[in-house]
Amino acid sequence: MKNKKLLEKGMEILFLICACVSIVSVALICFFIFVNGVPAIAQIGFFKFIFGTEWSPSNEPPSFGILPMIVGSLYITAGAIIVGVPIGLLAAIFMSKFCPKWLYRIIKPSVNLLAGIPSIVYGFFGVVVLVPMVKKIFHVNGNTILTASVLLGVMILPTIINLSEAAINAVPESYYEGAIALGATHERAVASVMFPAAKSGILAAIILGIGRAIGETMAVIMVAGNQPRITTNILKGIRTLTSNIVLEMGYAAELHRGALIGTGVVLFVFILLLNISFSVISNKRSK
Amino acid sequence: MGEKLKTYKKHPVSFLFFLLVSLAALITVAIFVCLVGYIVVRGIPYLKPSLFALEYTSENVSVTPAIITTLYMVAFSLVIAVPFGIFCAIYLVEYAKKGNKLVKAIRVTTETLSGIPSIVYGLFGMLFFVTQLKWSYSLIAGAFTLAIMILPLIIRSTEEALKAVDDSYREGSFGLGAGKLRTVFRIVLPSAMPGILAGIILAIGRVIGESAALIYTAGTVAQIPKNVFQSGRTLAIHMYALSSEGLHTNEANATAMVLLITVFAINGIASLIAKRLQKGRGA
Repeated sequence: MKNKKLLEKGMEILFLICACVSIVSVALICFFIFVNGVPAIAQIGFFKFIFGTEWSPSNEPPSFGILPMIVGSLYITAGAIIVGVPIGLLAAIFMSKFCPKWLYRIIKPSVNLLAGIPSIVYGFFGVVVLVPMVKKIFHVNGNTILTASVLLGVMILPTIINLSEAAINAVPESYYEGAIALGATHERAVASVMFPAAKSGILAAIILGIGRAIGETMAVIMVAGNQPRITTNILKGIRTLTSNIVLEMGYAAELHRGALIGTGVVLFVFILLLNISFSVISNKRSK
Repeated sequence: MGEKLKTYKKHPVSFLFFLLVSLAALITVAIFVCLVGYIVVRGIPYLKPSLFALEYTSENVSVTPAIITTLYMVAFSLVIAVPFGIFCAIYLVEYAKKGNKLVKAIRVTTETLSGIPSIVYGLFGMLFFVTQLKWSYSLIAGAFTLAIMILPLIIRSTEEALKAVDDSYREGSFGLGAGKLRTVFRIVLPSAMPGILAGIILAIGRVIGESAALIYTAGTVAQIPKNVFQSGRTLAIHMYALSSEGLHTNEANATAMVLLITVFAINGIASLIAKRLQKGRGA
């Protein structure tokens, strides 16, 4: 009897320890990224690092300014939002309120499979289809901000669609019935009553989409051109925070390596901010 | 139908809205069909036997070593992540008291983990497993990195599955004199198995498709690793190497097809299990 009790207690403690793994992981990730990145940032100088416009690690003396990459990440994320959000939201409305059942059985699995396609395959598709297409239409080198934005816009579609569809579905049916009773058409009831009522869920979907876009790496490397420069021309190439890390980590040493990890710190802080705003919004919703 | 047209005539804006949402859905499906169609149609002609040769050379760029490495990677990362994930979910659902501060911390960190982009995992894996623990680029460093990455997925799906088990099962078991532990392992876990399995299968899909987290943890050596401390490239990394070299676009295309079909098959199995689960619950 005593043994049994001991076993029960022991297993409970084991479960508890396992449960703490995610806490330990987050702590370890934060610790190692910050400890390795922050000293380098300090050595370069915070302002020089964040607002420096020149990234030339092999120059003498080298300069490590990541502003071009920050701007690059923001450009491409904004582009992805412009491409992905309107299509995603409209498609979610269609799936939630207009779609006949037989059609839903086609659309829903395609959206889910789009979500499952590895980013490397998206990147490959971008290289062999989108890049030549942009090249042909605009007569420029095909690795551009535009190409990356379109590709990322497609990649965040499933996130946007699935989450905002769920948000629209969660709006009480009585809202719809009320609008119809007041003489609205089906479309008007959906567009001006159901859709606004789901707005916090939709906002959460967009934030998650932004997170996915800003963190995407492989697909962006393959189509964005990767030149560390600040440009306002969307038909030119650009480099993002994520690609900066992957492209140069292989051969970087000393301060250069530290600066790349520092790039990771900046990216990580961006993501943490997005996460916090996401959970604030979803907490508000559940209240 | 005729009535619908009449309303649309009266309300042209409504009609426009209907057109827009239909168009958006059409675009979504069209993108999916184009993407998959392109890769499959262009990939099939290059699925030659030499692509599946046992030994990798820079001539045949065989995918076989990459496929085997991928299987290793899936197995190792699951071996690490699944026990922790399931035990964590058991704690959250069966043991934790409501309003517990620790539970809140676990929830928040799990959510944080699921939002971290894979490149940050890769960076962390490189700093911790590869450099700090001196495992160098190796299968095991990659597997640990991926295990942390898929942990939130397994925790969440197990949690959902455990919550879905009817409380009467637990009460019945307690009523028959079984202890808590016995109830969890003999009654609750078996009934939650399909849901847990569906989560694990989705995790497999993520491992197979992952690339950014593996480049600087598992490395890019093209041979089958002989032990866990050797480097090896998974199928996704193999594909990245092929397409960034730019010499073997056709083979890269065929590899993309292999990757795509594997991931789709895995997703199919997962949703099949989930569907059966729903049916079982409905009955």
